[in-house]
Amino acid sequence: MNLIYDPWPWYIAGPLIALTMFLLLFVGRKFGMSSSLRTMCSIGGAGKISDFFKYDWRAERWNLIVILGAVIGGFIASRYLSDNTVKINPEVAQQLSEDYGIASAGQAYLPPELFATQQLTDPFVLVLLILGGFMVGFGARYAGGCTSGHAISGLSNLQLPSLIAVIGFFIGGLVMIHLLFPLIFS
Amino acid sequence: MRYLSYLTIGIFFGIIMYKSEAASWFRIYEMFQFGSFHMYGIIGSALVLGVIGIQIIKKFKIKAIGDAEMNLHPKKKGVTNYLIGGIIFGLGWALAGACPGPMYVLAGAGYYSILVVIGGALLGTFVYGVVKDKLPH
Repeated sequence: MNLIYDPWPWYIAGPLIALTMFLLLFVGRKFGMSSSLRTMCSIGGAGKISDFFKYDWRAERWNLIVILGAVIGGFIASRYLSDNTVKINPEVAQQLSEDYGIASAGQAYLPPELFATQQLTDPFVLVLLILGGFMVGFGARYAGGCTSGHAISGLSNLQLPSLIAVIGFFIGGLVMIHLLFPLIFS
Repeated sequence: MRYLSYLTIGIFFGIIMYKSEAASWFRIYEMFQFGSFHMYGIIGSALVLGVIGIQIIKKFKIKAIGDAEMNLHPKKKGVTNYLIGGIIFGLGWALAGACPGPMYVLAGAGYYSILVVIGGALLGTFVYGVVKDKLPH
């Protein structure tokens, strides 16, 4: 096993994510990534249109610094610590290839069929990416948090609302993959 | 100094997301196909340690830096907004194959199309803020 290039197994990654949460709690903050989107809307002047964005965003600058760090971390990991391919269950890879023509599992980190820059000229791909992002942003604020804020922070603190939100995350994800993907990609 | 600690934690988090492949569209697809234990193992093990750690923090009243209270506020009670918001989030998570944290990680990794996804997420956040008083919560 190559410690640098091989993907980290779940029993390394999971505990390190818990550590991230505790580090943020220790410095007086919390683990929740989607609040940064709200902060950016506030900085952009969205407070003029909705009170939801009218708050002292300067107090929330910390989450933008964390995000900046995540960007740098992604840069470092992709440049120096990874061969940028993701091997998944061969049956799932085969199904992706046969049913949807996404044949890049095992050869890329993200499917170039959807994420290669030149694909942005394809209206289908463009709409798909915008719509995916839109639902993530809208849903995260409606539910008051995302995977980090609810599935890790909230559930760790035994919050019932977070359990409801996480059940929602999985209902949505399963509906998308099992009911809507066959319609979208056929 | 504080900002340096936020930046360091962010870098640490970004590397974990990328190296664990939790930021990969393929892993999210595979998770919703129940094709591997990988993502469940990541979330599950983080959660088990998270629950234990927070119980310890509460039991021993461990303080944050500067003797401040830990930021562990209970979430507001409710069902509708958590369930509907959660379902909408899940639809987007599976379609884009990324949740908010990994989006930034992927931008740093040079997948520039993810900027379109981030743009969509900002738009979604903004639209929520505009229509929120009309939504059931």
